This record gives sequence, C-alpha cells and structure tokens, in this order.
Amino acid sequence: MNAVIEEHDNHHGPDKGILRWVFTTNHKDIGTLYLWFSFLMFFIGGICALGIRAELFQPGLQIVQPELFNQLTTMHGLIMVFGAVMPAFVGLANWLVPMMIGAPDMALPRMNNYSFWILPFAFGMLLSTFLMEGGAPNYGWTFYAPLSTEYAPPSVTFFIFAVHLMGISSIMGSINVIVTILNMRAPGMTLMQMPLFVWTWLITAYLLIAVMPVLAGVVTMMLMDIHFGTAFFNAGGGGDPVLFQHVFWFFGHPEVYIMILPAFGVVSAIIPTFARKKLFGYDSMVYATASIAFLSFIVWAHHMFTVGIPLAGELYFMYATMVIAVPTGVKVFNWVATMWQGSMTFETPMLFAVAFVILFTIGGFSGLMLAIVPADFQYHDTYFVVAHFHYVLVPGSIFSIMAAVYYWLPKWTGNMYDETLGKTHFWLSFIGINVTFFPQHFIGLAGMPRRIPDYALQFADWNMVSSCGAFLFGFSQLLFLFIILKCIRGGERATERVWEGAKGLEWTIPSPAPYHTFSKPPTNMAEAHG
Amino acid sequence: MADMENDGLKTRGLGKLVGVVVGMFVFGFLLVPLYDIVCEVTGFNGKTSGAYQTSSQIDVDDSRFVTVQFLTNRNADMPWEFRPKVRSMKVKPGQINETEFFVRNKTGSTMVGKAIPSVTPFKAADYLHKTECFCFESQELRNGEELDMPLRFIVDRDIPSDVGRLTLSYTLYDITENTQVAFR
Repeated sequence: MNAVIEEHDNHHGPDKGILRWVFTTNHKDIGTLYLWFSFLMFFIGGICALGIRAELFQPGLQIVQPELFNQLTTMHGLIMVFGAVMPAFVGLANWLVPMMIGAPDMALPRMNNYSFWILPFAFGMLLSTFLMEGGAPNYGWTFYAPLSTEYAPPSVTFFIFAVHLMGISSIMGSINVIVTILNMRAPGMTLMQMPLFVWTWLITAYLLIAVMPVLAGVVTMMLMDIHFGTAFFNAGGGGDPVLFQHVFWFFGHPEVYIMILPAFGVVSAIIPTFARKKLFGYDSMVYATASIAFLSFIVWAHHMFTVGIPLAGELYFMYATMVIAVPTGVKVFNWVATMWQGSMTFETPMLFAVAFVILFTIGGFSGLMLAIVPADFQYHDTYFVVAHFHYVLVPGSIFSIMAAVYYWLPKWTGNMYDETLGKTHFWLSFIGINVTFFPQHFIGLAGMPRRIPDYALQFADWNMVSSCGAFLFGFSQLLFLFIILKCIRGGERATERVWEGAKGLEWTIPSPAPYHTFSKPPTNMAEAHG
Repeated sequence: MADMENDGLKTRGLGKLVGVVVGMFVFGFLLVPLYDIVCEVTGFNGKTSGAYQTSSQIDVDDSRFVTVQFLTNRNADMPWEFRPKVRSMKVKPGQINETEFFVRNKTGSTMVGKAIPSVTPFKAADYLHKTECFCFESQELRNGEELDMPLRFIVDRDIPSDVGRLTLSYTLYDITENTQVAFR
C-alpha cells in the first residue's frame, strides 16, 4: 500500500514536473490543487457575474441578449457554489486537518487524488455547454422542473452528468475527512480538544454525505424524465413539479450550511489569534454548529413559501427557520466576547474575519426577514433575496476563505505576504462588496425581480451603483492573485509560529510546512486549540 | 511506523459511511412515494384520491347545500377545446351527481390527452369523491373528434360546515409523446 511505502521513506521530497501533481497523494499537494482550482473557478464565475452586472448597468438591452443573460446567471451560481466555494473549503481541509490533528496525511490518500481530479472533468463538461447548440444551462442554479426538463436546452444532459461527477467528488472528499478525523488524531487528542475548524469540517462532511446523494437522486430523476419517459416532475404523467422543489431544497438547504460551517471554523481560529485570548465558549461553539447542522434538515420549505403550502406548513417552516437564529447568535456573541478586552491587532486575516462577523450578521438578519411568511410573499424572487444570500456567501464564505489564505499562507509558503497590499486588497473588497450588494436591498424592497436582463426605470440609479461596486470588487481580486504569487516567490521569512498569538499544532512545525509532517505523532495536546 | 494493521484502523467506519451514502440516494427516491402519500392524506395541493366505491346505502344530508364549481385549463401547448357543460352545481352532501365535460381535438392529427384534477380549498379535497371520472384514464381523439366526458361525484356528508363552496379544477395535458414512448 502506498501509505506504507511513504512511511518507510519519509524523507524524500515531491516528484519533479507535472506528473507530481497528477499522481500526488500528498495532502498538501492536493490541498494546493483544490485551492488553485477554486481560484480559477472564482474568476470564471466572476466573469459571468460581471457580464450580468454590465448588462444591468443601465435599463434596456445593451450587451447580452436575454438568452445569454439566463445562461450567465445560471452558470455564475453553479460555478461559484460547486466550483469556487466548496472546493476552496475542501482544499483548506486537505491542507489543515492533518496538520491540526497531528496526522501524517489523510486516511485515504489515493481516493483524495481521485476526488480532486474528477473536478476538472466535471467543470470542463459544464463549461463546454456554452459552445453547444441551444447554449448552456439557462434555468437558474436551482434548475426547477419543468424549466430544466421540458423546456431545457439539449445541453441539460451534460449538466446532469457534471453534477453527478461533482457529487461523487464531494462525497469521496467528505468520507476522507470523516475517517481522517475519527481515526487519525494524535494519541491523546480527544474530540473536544480539536480546533473548531476540524469540528466544523467534521460536521460539514456529515452534511455532505447525507445530502449530495439526494442531489444525485434528483438529477437522476430529471435524466429519466427527459430521456426515458418517466414522469417524476411532469404533471401530465401523474408527477408533480412541486415535488422537484421539495427534493431539491431537501438537498439545497443543508448545502448552504455546507458553504458556511467551515467558514465559522476559520473565523474561530483567526479571531482568538489576533485578540490574543482563548476562544470564548468553545463547547457552545461545537454544540451550536451541531444544532445548526441538524436544523438545516427540517427547514427546507422556507424557500418555497409561495408555491402553495398549507397554512400549518407555512407556520411550522417559519418558526423552525427562526430557531436557527439562536445557535447562530450564540456563535456571533462568542466571537464578539472573544474580542472583548482582547489585545487586538488588525492584520489582514483579522480584518477579513471581523468584516465576516459584521457582514455575515447583516445577511443573517435579512434572512430572518425572509423567514417571515407574509413578508416573504413580497420579497420572494426579488433582489432583496439576491442581496441576502450574497451577504452570507460573499462577505461570509468568500471573506473567510480569503482570511484563511492570508492567515495560513506564511505557513504554506514560508514567506510573509505583503501586509500593505493585503490591507489594500481588504479595503477594496470590503468597499466593493458593500457598494454592490447593499443597494440591492433597496431595489429588492422596491420590487425589482431577480434573474431579469432588463428592468423598469425607477431601479436604474441603484443598479448603476451596484454595477460599479461589482467591477471594483471583481478587479480587486487580481490584486489578490498578485499578492499570492508575490508571496510564493519570496518575501520576509515566516517564523514557525508566524503570528504572536497563534495556537494549534500547525504552528509547531517549521515554515514552510515540510512535505511530510507528523510522521511521529505530536505529544503536546495543550497546543491543540486556542 | 504504520503497518497493515494500522492501515485498517485508519479506514475504520468507511463501510458505514458508504452505507449512509447509498441509503441517502435511495431515500431521495423514497421521497417521491412519500410525497404522494403526504399529499393524499392531507389533501395538500388539492390532490384527490382515485375511484371511490359507493356503498349501496345512500344517505343524503337534506339540511344544506354545497356549491361545486368546475374549472378547466389547458397546459401550455395543448390545442384542444376543453370546457365544462355547466359552470357550477348546487348539490346536497351525500347525493350522487352527474355532469359532463366537452372536449374536442381541433388539430389535424390524432392526439392523447389527460386531465389532472385539483380541489380547493385543500382541506376539502378529501371530501370530494369521484365514482366515475374521465381523469382516471387518458383520452385519445382523432382529427376533429369531439367527446362529452362524464363525471360522477359525491360530496361527503362529513364535509366541514364552514365549506360552502368547492372548486374542482382540471388541467388538460398533451401526453401524446409520452404515450408513444410507452408503446415502443
């Protein structure tokens, strides 16, 4: 077995050349591959977004026709969710989980390699639909039937297989994370000694193996409806299009927590470091994460209040949704209490983490507004919803990924990044994101529907503001790319600990992290979490 | 130093996790019948049950009337003419009632259609019983052919007293293509 061979010969470095990356089973190499892949997808999804915002800069049709506009909104959503955010967190898990728990590698290194290398094929297939007759998927990232069955372009079959591949990749990745965490912790490390990033990923991985198969099921039903004459979602044949929405959101709601729980873990690592205090309420953080994960399974129909659910159902899903605010509030208060009376400094990772706490909370509050059934009847499918989920996903998930990159980059490369450029990147992103999405609350409340290429004149001003912000945010990411490349090429040498207040096993090994770490398990468990 | 034994320990629990994945895939498909059962039991979506068996004893409630309205819709591209013979009926709970729906294929080709019923208010869906309905099977009409399709129904005696008006709506779907697929 591979792992055995590596154990016997653990002083060799990586292979040379491109094949190193194709055949690698090293968790650090695979983590790097995932992170670069997600960065590429972030730019491709970003180009789709800028196409959308360019069209919406002014009312009327200027740049893209409605057919292409629909393809851009759909592909933007699919690429950002499945191509950018999820692989970025898997990349972080690959790099960090073994180092945080004192393990030499992931439990299933070969499967780790497969689960990454499936992704380029999945997204190659998805992106190739742009060149096909009838164009790319145009039914929204939620691909509601019958838009995605009866009225779909022929490329829908490629979309279905791409989703199958992404699902297989995520499932294999999650199984790997779970067995690694449960079996390979350093001797003496109990579950309640694990860093919160490891905890949140353990819970996320369970969510993934529970709901990705349901997603695979729903696209399989679509495939059968389209090609084999079944009628799962076709009312004429005895099926029901509303059933699609139930099955989709049974996957879809846990999915949105899959994209935010690891972010909670990242922020829970960074804030204590720069506040130079222990994380406030470690145990309650663990229980809150587990509660959020459980609640995510029983609130799905709040995405469907307007399809015609009986009153009792509306009330149940409204209250169940609001209950989620309790464990989430516990987390926000814990982060604030960690900062309270701490000796805070504001290096770039901390700036992103603090912005995360503030802006994610704004997104959480608009979520509570959307949970109120009578209010949702007005907000449903407007730009208010767009503003809500972008506030939790961009300054939520994406900011936490950026914070994580700045925080652990010195450990990965052995060099410090350029702090001035990092802070510039933060402020450009922070201003860009708020200018983009805050006005969308206003135009949403004023009644502008989402997913349209043209709009009424009264929405013109705020749309122009929003588009300006989007271009600012989009182009500042080129600076992010530059900072990372600069840091890889050189810079001030990073120390072992990197940050004065950093706690955790990953800070006890040299910077850059050697190709093989913890071949002998660490013993000092007091270091395990901050 | 890890040996083969340790390798086994590393992957402990793998089988169970794969089991969860397979189980959840199956569960996704189980949601389909589950959804149908929930709809039928609760009347969500105005879903009505299949053919109703009448008992020989007919027990009519003479004390009240319920108005039943009939609506017809055609799905997106369905070109047939489709309308109820009467727009609404005042019926006594427990009584067997009969009405007809007119349908005509105006196109030049043979087509197959199927009507899907729905009842509002949802909570009354369980109290409208159909003893004979064209909606139980698909209809094949040749070029220009027309048909009066029968419906026999009973409004249940136990219908809640605050329901004075029921709407029975039919949507007609073109299932010509699906039928051919099935025949092949």
